[in-house]
Amino acid sequence: MGLEFNEETFRGDFSFKNSPKAIKRFPFPFPEDSYMYSVNMEPHVPGPKGSVFEHTFDVDEHYVSEMRDRAMVLADDPLRCQSLPHMTLAGWDLLELIMESKARDYPHWFELHKNGNKWHWINRPLEIEQKFTFLDETTLPCGPLEYITRQTQGDFTLQDQRDNNLFIEAGMVTTQADWSLDFDIGMSFQEWHAPVPMAHELGVFDRALKFLLKLQLGAPVRRFNWTMTVDPLLDTSPENYPKWGPTKTTLTMDNIGRRQHLRVELQTLHRLPRSNAIAFPIRAYLISFQDLVTVPKWARRLHRVIRDVPEPLATYKGFLRNRPLMVEYLSQFDDGKPTSPGWWPEPE
Amino acid sequence: MSVGAPKIPVVVAEVVELNPLIKRFRFVRTDGKPMPTFSGGAHIVVEMDDNGTRRMNPYSLMSDPTDTSGFEISVRRDDAGRGGSLYMHNHVRPGMAMQVSHPVNLFGLDLRAKKHLLIAGGIGITPFIAQMTQLEHLGHRFELHYSVRSPELGAYADDLKSRYGDRVHIYYDNQKHMIPLAELLEGQPLGTHLYVCGPKGMIAWVLGSAEAAGWHPSTLHSEEFLAPPVGHAFEVELAASRKTITVGPAQSLLEAMEAAGVDAPYLCRGGACGQCETDVHRCDGSIEHNDHWLTPEQKASNTKIMPCVSRFHGATLVIDR
Repeated sequence: MGLEFNEETFRGDFSFKNSPKAIKRFPFPFPEDSYMYSVNMEPHVPGPKGSVFEHTFDVDEHYVSEMRDRAMVLADDPLRCQSLPHMTLAGWDLLELIMESKARDYPHWFELHKNGNKWHWINRPLEIEQKFTFLDETTLPCGPLEYITRQTQGDFTLQDQRDNNLFIEAGMVTTQADWSLDFDIGMSFQEWHAPVPMAHELGVFDRALKFLLKLQLGAPVRRFNWTMTVDPLLDTSPENYPKWGPTKTTLTMDNIGRRQHLRVELQTLHRLPRSNAIAFPIRAYLISFQDLVTVPKWARRLHRVIRDVPEPLATYKGFLRNRPLMVEYLSQFDDGKPTSPGWWPEPE
Repeated sequence: MSVGAPKIPVVVAEVVELNPLIKRFRFVRTDGKPMPTFSGGAHIVVEMDDNGTRRMNPYSLMSDPTDTSGFEISVRRDDAGRGGSLYMHNHVRPGMAMQVSHPVNLFGLDLRAKKHLLIAGGIGITPFIAQMTQLEHLGHRFELHYSVRSPELGAYADDLKSRYGDRVHIYYDNQKHMIPLAELLEGQPLGTHLYVCGPKGMIAWVLGSAEAAGWHPSTLHSEEFLAPPVGHAFEVELAASRKTITVGPAQSLLEAMEAAGVDAPYLCRGGACGQCETDVHRCDGSIEHNDHWLTPEQKASNTKIMPCVSRFHGATLVIDR
């Protein structure tokens, strides 16, 4: 698989690791020393070279191993990928968006050749070559959504828009922060966000929905979300809670730096052309506390954010129990100095 | 500011006069990129430079949604209107450079429907032309009922009839044809969705009859773009920009703000989408609410205004822009 991609696991021996380059480009999500829910959306325009924003869909050193992990999750539980019948067209829209973006942004890894509706797709890292007819499901080994998201990092949901609302009616969800597509499928925007504390009272969801209903073709947006995960486990699903939930009880001062990970989701939203649906890629990035504190600004700030985050939020994100330990560990790296605004590391 | 998406630079490739009232325009890109595909029912906003007056009118796309070589719209001339359609008819020629927005769909098909019942009046046919092309590609079941004044003005009747056969039903007013609405509403299979586009009275008649016949509101879809109505000139204070502007008789409040260099949000410019919704700080007088967006309660409270179509008369209006 070449030197560009890590040989690593997200289960069992957890050999996942971030290279120095991956640490440097990690999407640290806190622009200031405190955190509260907000709509925090900005245009998803290309960012600095080398950053996770450089391209529409970021492909990094974890790509091949993440795709292998996804295939294992799907083999155990095929319901992680579902698409209601009316969402097939949106699946094709997404396939087109991803193939065109990757072929444009990473031409050495991906190629897309079109002759009318006869398409030819080459994915070198995964050693896939596929000739198929666009919009003809019988020419792919599976539906268009499943086909392309088996080759793309991050979870995906597709929202149908009708009755001034959005409905989550298709998705590929194997790297989720404790929510279930099988449980949520068919729900409206308010229904699937119902469990989130505090944000409803702040009016965040009313504003976000209003914004998204007007999301325009050609003008995608992005936001961050974050949580905490013990061990670099991508599949923190409710379906598998008995397997990973108890690991929260095994953290100690000795192992927390290695095992506790900040999990950041780069969420983007794209209006899809033919279906008028909205695609919602949720790309998870993991970084261990010990790697994160190598960036002094991030170490100071994460300590302050975790220490001060409101209790309902720490509960919802599932780390209330370990907060004191996290704060104790991180406090070693916070000398009290001020931090600069924005999430980029301080200039060296 | 039209939230985000860049404008598409185009050149007019073709102008076809279909009858004394309707012209069809084809736009192709000048930057060599393909046009975006779109969903049936979408519209674009066409920007016109009418001797220094910037006009921006929404028009439904009627070309094949999968055709990335160009966009087509049809424009009905409105002699009593503010001038956008007259400009399109009298001044727009092949070869002219213009700008259009990315497609926006406020009249989307519900792809869960078992059947799509399409009801068009006059120039309201245009979004359905794109929708039918898309439905045909998808293999969905549909039926069109198209009411138009006369065979001379029935721009696309023959063409649609030849393309879709007995799924297309034409009604000519001057031959006393009437859409048999009551019968249509009674005879549909379960899971049918109804779509109507046309004059205000027709939309009200179709939606009112369907609701009275027990159709669920979520199965009813309509689109009516309002042209900003003309009226008396009025003054508005823009609190955030610290400007006081005068809105001319044939100008909309949104256009007056833009002319004054104020960057105000918009999308449809026809009172339908809600993007330009603006808080009212003070209102000594009355707002003439012409939009389809605000609720009756919001309209009565005079705390919000839709600058794309609504006007004011009275002593003072201060808005948050």
